[in-house]
Amino acid sequence: MTHSKLGLLIEKPGFLSLIQDAGRRGVMHLGLATGGPMDRHAWAWANYLLGNRFGAAAVEITFGQVEFVSQLNTSIAIAGAEVTVTVNGASQPLWATLSLKAGDRVALSAPRAGLRSYLAVAGGFSVAAGLGNSCATLHREKTGGLHRDGQPLKAGDLLPCESQSQNPPLQRQVPADWIPDYREALILDVIVGAQIERFPSSSLECFFTQPYTLSPQSDRMGARLNGPALEVFGERLISEGISLGAVQVPANGLPIILLNDRQTIGGYPKLGAVTPRSLDALAQRQPGSQLQFRPVALYEAQRREKAFLNFFNKPL
Amino acid sequence: MQWRYDISGIDTVTLHFGRRIDAALVAPIHRAAIALKASLGARLLDVVPSYTTLLLRYDVLQDDLASLMGQVSEVLNQLPDVTEDVDAESEIIEVPVFYHPSVGPDLKRLAQRAGFSVEEVIRRHSERLYQVFAIGFAPGFAYLGEVAEELSVPRLANPRAKVPAGTLGIADTQTALYPIVSPGGWNLIGRTPLTLFDQSRAQSSLLEAGQTVRFRPIAQDEYLELGGRLDDLPWGMEPGLEIQQGAPAEKQGEKL
Repeated sequence: MTHSKLGLLIEKPGFLSLIQDAGRRGVMHLGLATGGPMDRHAWAWANYLLGNRFGAAAVEITFGQVEFVSQLNTSIAIAGAEVTVTVNGASQPLWATLSLKAGDRVALSAPRAGLRSYLAVAGGFSVAAGLGNSCATLHREKTGGLHRDGQPLKAGDLLPCESQSQNPPLQRQVPADWIPDYREALILDVIVGAQIERFPSSSLECFFTQPYTLSPQSDRMGARLNGPALEVFGERLISEGISLGAVQVPANGLPIILLNDRQTIGGYPKLGAVTPRSLDALAQRQPGSQLQFRPVALYEAQRREKAFLNFFNKPL
Repeated sequence: MQWRYDISGIDTVTLHFGRRIDAALVAPIHRAAIALKASLGARLLDVVPSYTTLLLRYDVLQDDLASLMGQVSEVLNQLPDVTEDVDAESEIIEVPVFYHPSVGPDLKRLAQRAGFSVEEVIRRHSERLYQVFAIGFAPGFAYLGEVAEELSVPRLANPRAKVPAGTLGIADTQTALYPIVSPGGWNLIGRTPLTLFDQSRAQSSLLEAGQTVRFRPIAQDEYLELGGRLDDLPWGMEPGLEIQQGAPAEKQGEKL
């Protein structure tokens, strides 16, 4: 008799559900995007609650409406968007460990606030690492993910994991004060870049004082913004490597924030780069949300980033 | 060598080596990338060469900008200003190409535009060596330059919805091969049977920035022998073109 893999069996995959670990390293020069979770904060918490190492593979669920059945006894955690989670029909807390028995059915509703939910399992999902030593799903590239073809999860997909039956089961939850309110107005920190010399001061003033709204045309490649158009001096630049969070301004003057699945090189003038911590918060804003920008010093941005990474890199 | 840098993100710096697109910059940028990787190793999470720049990504938990740039400066300032023939020092990748209107639907138009025969276009395109300026747009998509001035042609006003993998195109003074089937606005002149990108290979991308490429014209027989496909062409076949493995009937009329 062969030992077949067990795990969580997807019955309803929702709008867009993707396996994401910390993302790729060392492959941008091949034109490969880094991928990884759009909101590392909720993703890291879901893993952390279960005692998983930072970077363990979890599922990024955009706009809820997922249903799955556990084939084994284990613990999961769901953090992020404000959805209703039920196990066999009974409502369960978010940002907390949930113990499952084989046969338990878990359902997520559409979000009331926020956009993305992260589903982690004790021990992490066992998905083989591919390009860039990562199993991140890159839909546009048709690489990575559960079947290494970049496809989102679909009904019938089995997310393999180990059975975990601790007695008593894990019972942990994130203190309420630490759970973000995704309805709050968002101010994004921007590390101002060298190409600001391309923008007249009136454009810079506009960018840093006027509100923008998040366009429904946003995706994992870029957050498109509606609001005042910015003037840019000169021609397109010669294409160069693009940093995470780069705020590029194409000919129509409307800034685009380049995200995890962005193209690796590009030539539009850039105002700077939104910090990863601000991108975490942005990932939970629904289209139409209002955004503002403020400049931040590199030192301050790095200090906050390090505090975030150090927290989740320490075992609970 | 001459260089400067700017801070481009929380964990990135962009090194600049020149101000304009120049094939002579490819080799020095390639050498700088190799030297930096050799010296800094795992401290660099990504090293992304492009036409005039190198983007370096580092780990903010392990490194700080001052110590990183201290070592980057040391490495770059020790690199000699080499001006010898660039072709002599980098390996030459030979890419067989079936130049033909069946797989290169813009070949005839390019010939007419330049006032050459199709054969002359093929000769002029394949006689020179090309440098890989950068990889981008899609996995393994190599921007190669520079194309002879008389073959230079602007991008299509209306990009095609579907360009098959391996197709060779020209846009302005650059030429490139589409690694995977994708939309595309380049002027298409031929197709290679080689697989340009395969994630299961140890070297997933055949081409990398800094390499030198030579295109070798091949006939249809050799193209097919090497595994080239003709059964997946999204544009209509011209009558009279001899295709041994004809396109499926339902695709014949599908003009994009």
